[in-house]
Amino acid sequence: MKLEFEMNTYKSEIKPTWCPGCGDFAVLRSLQTAIHALQLAPWNIVIVSGIGCSSNLPHFLSTYGFHAIHGRALPVAEGAKLANPDLNVIVTGGDGDGYGIGVGHFIHAMRRNFDITYIVMNNQIYGLTTGQASPTSEKGMKTKSTPIEGVIENPLDPISLAIASGATYVARTFSGDVKMMSELVKGGIEHKGFALIDCLSPCVTYNKVNTYDFFRERVYDLAKEGHNPADMKAAFAKAIEWPAVQQDRIPLGLFYRNPEMPTYEDLEIALRKGAPVKQPLGVDDPDELMSGFL
Amino acid sequence: MTKRDLALRVGGAAGDGVSSTSESFAKISARSGLHTWTYSSYQSVIRGGHVWTQVRGGLDPLLSHGGDPDVVLCLNQQTMDVHQADVLEGGAIIYDLDSVKLDSGKVRKGVRLLGIPLRKKAQTLSPNALMRNTVALGAAVQLFDMDFRHVESAFKDIWGDKKPEVAEQNVQAARLGAEAVREMGGSLQLGFTYSNEPKYLLTGNEAICLGALAAGVKFLAQYPMTPASSILHWMALHAPKYGVVVKQVEDELAAMNMAVGAGFAGVRAMTATSGGGFCLMVEAIGQAGMTETPLVAILVQRTGPSTGLPTKTEQADLNLALGAGQGEWPRAILAPRNPEECFRLTAQAFNLAEIYQTPVILISDLYLSEGYRTVEKFDFNVPIVRGMMAADGGGTAKDYKRYLLTESGVSPRALPGTKGFQHVAATDEHMESGELISDILAGLPEYVEERRKMHEKRMRKLEGLRKDTPPPELWGPKHADLTIILWGSTWGAAHEAILQVDEKDGVKVNSLEFPTIFPFHVDATQHLLRGVEQSLMVEGNFTGQFSRLLRAETGYKPDHFYGRYDGEPFASRDIADKILEVVA
Repeated sequence: MKLEFEMNTYKSEIKPTWCPGCGDFAVLRSLQTAIHALQLAPWNIVIVSGIGCSSNLPHFLSTYGFHAIHGRALPVAEGAKLANPDLNVIVTGGDGDGYGIGVGHFIHAMRRNFDITYIVMNNQIYGLTTGQASPTSEKGMKTKSTPIEGVIENPLDPISLAIASGATYVARTFSGDVKMMSELVKGGIEHKGFALIDCLSPCVTYNKVNTYDFFRERVYDLAKEGHNPADMKAAFAKAIEWPAVQQDRIPLGLFYRNPEMPTYEDLEIALRKGAPVKQPLGVDDPDELMSGFL
Repeated sequence: MTKRDLALRVGGAAGDGVSSTSESFAKISARSGLHTWTYSSYQSVIRGGHVWTQVRGGLDPLLSHGGDPDVVLCLNQQTMDVHQADVLEGGAIIYDLDSVKLDSGKVRKGVRLLGIPLRKKAQTLSPNALMRNTVALGAAVQLFDMDFRHVESAFKDIWGDKKPEVAEQNVQAARLGAEAVREMGGSLQLGFTYSNEPKYLLTGNEAICLGALAAGVKFLAQYPMTPASSILHWMALHAPKYGVVVKQVEDELAAMNMAVGAGFAGVRAMTATSGGGFCLMVEAIGQAGMTETPLVAILVQRTGPSTGLPTKTEQADLNLALGAGQGEWPRAILAPRNPEECFRLTAQAFNLAEIYQTPVILISDLYLSEGYRTVEKFDFNVPIVRGMMAADGGGTAKDYKRYLLTESGVSPRALPGTKGFQHVAATDEHMESGELISDILAGLPEYVEERRKMHEKRMRKLEGLRKDTPPPELWGPKHADLTIILWGSTWGAAHEAILQVDEKDGVKVNSLEFPTIFPFHVDATQHLLRGVEQSLMVEGNFTGQFSRLLRAETGYKPDHFYGRYDGEPFASRDIADKILEVVA
């Protein structure tokens, strides 16, 4: 069967400017593979990003994109989704963008359960600003901003935070496994509700600790160990495994999924009329409206 | 001279029912056919403290909430202590005989002192004394000889069909108050004849909401902050019916960013806040400027700096609006003077935002946003102009450039969902296509030029905005001894002062007023300034923020400056004094 959209249809003419070997190439490839597999029309996709190396991603695809300011991709995406719920809204960014400066929006977007897919390229470092500690940097890691004794804060765990905050599709993947990543991104886009896909995406320039090899030695597939993503308690148990409980095994895959939870768009009263962007402008009963002030 | 206006001041502690009593009276006044204007002096507290509201009604259109009242209604001792000396001769003080003591030495001659056992009377109807303010309201209505059916309808509005027995009980309570006044000498005999033709009564914030609805707003994201919160409240209740998404969000960062996202996706989007919240929005509003995304931001000023006086008024956020965001981007700043302009300029702001694809800031203040005023019926047939769209302008998808360099600076827009016009809107500097200059091209000779051209393109929009925004206006006699220069809500008190000094002192004063703050109308202003003998700048801040803008744009320095920054709105009496001082 001939597909309407070829793989290349989704590519833009702009070449990524990431360092050779950057984990973000795999994420871009996975996203492209996922939207191709779903045969989404590129003009019905909006990819919103913030600021950081990974946030350049929308430029490399042929969809609509909004390259927002640092940490604010999610609220921009929420506004776009509310204005036109018919769009496929995908948010891409890094750990500094989403788990650092934008973490407030992250939590609130999840508790609202917007039908948005959030792909975080988590490299546990600030890359574009040349190597400072990020909210997910490991304790003890020496960076430009923690040069003497390393990071003394505990890393933020996006997976358990997401499950606790109300995200209804929570997954972790690794740039060393494009096939698994593509499947999980595809699942996230298909999922009705807020999907977080935390992608362990090594920074080959500034993070000499969390390398491809570091992950290859530790990762395992949750699905192969019989994890049931419908079980929230089990999801929490798996979420806190790394790095809080143990350092040597890192679970990948789908931690949690709840397809039953209504989305924000399902519950928002104004959307019952349809997409606001398609509604007529103005007021059809000005006299009645004004009479409320008499 | 017969009196042509009346004023009631209601005072008590927060929680005493001052606002419900005064709002009911404002409604009664408007339904009696009076032009009505209210001012509430309240505090950042839920219970206790001292709050008061003045409701002024007039046979002629009003310009302020007025000065000393005819009647003060004291729901507590502090109201008596603070306000008793203000009551006009021939007026009256209504107070609760059981809880408020009178020191009649401070009261003006000829003021009637009406001690009424408000609490006891209320308790004859209901064991709790909640209705004592209703008894007092009934007394006030009787003093002013107003038609009691307006009391009935006001209560029906509040309790409606859901609690008719409560409405009825309140009517009875009001009748007890009226009866007490009749027993104590009857009404004030102000000589009023009420037309009883109801007038529309609303706040500046409500007028902004109506203007937004008329213009077809479809999205409001807001975080609560006095004195902008009532926009969120009104819209949350009334706007979904018109397909408007109203969203209370986690903070003002989210509010502005969501408005940006909604504007990008193609709806008319807005947010509203006060100065503190606007501070959080500035990075994101600059983002809208850079990505050329339309949106309307309502900035309702209160007393700063920092948290300041949350319930008090000021005009000191002008520099904030003018300078919001890093770098330079084109913006329009509109400053409504009254509710009619709140309606009209808000509606216009949406057109400007979409035509020029950039943020428009509407700057108001607490005095205008929260006070009730009567207005003529608004005309909802406002022009709706949505600006250039690539897909309907004959542009083809193949060579579409989102940031096409044009003479006007405006590039045809394409909304997500439009086949073939995909692009990325970026906050980094970009080329016509949207591709970034910032990462690997910045500084290369060709791209130095690209950046210059793109920045100039955006800034060229200011020329169009200047043409399409309302010009400054000269009000009053063409030739005057003094010209007051003003913006925003100062308008009313200034006009009142100008009329006063003309009538009482024969001094000719006019005023130069700026519904558009930015882009500054340089030529029109210079033209109007040519006829100015000497000038007095009146604005609600310490440093003369508008004066400085005026001087920067035109080289003209106002001769005198009258700033107010104590939290209170300008009073016509004070402006008149200042005028006389200056022209003496």
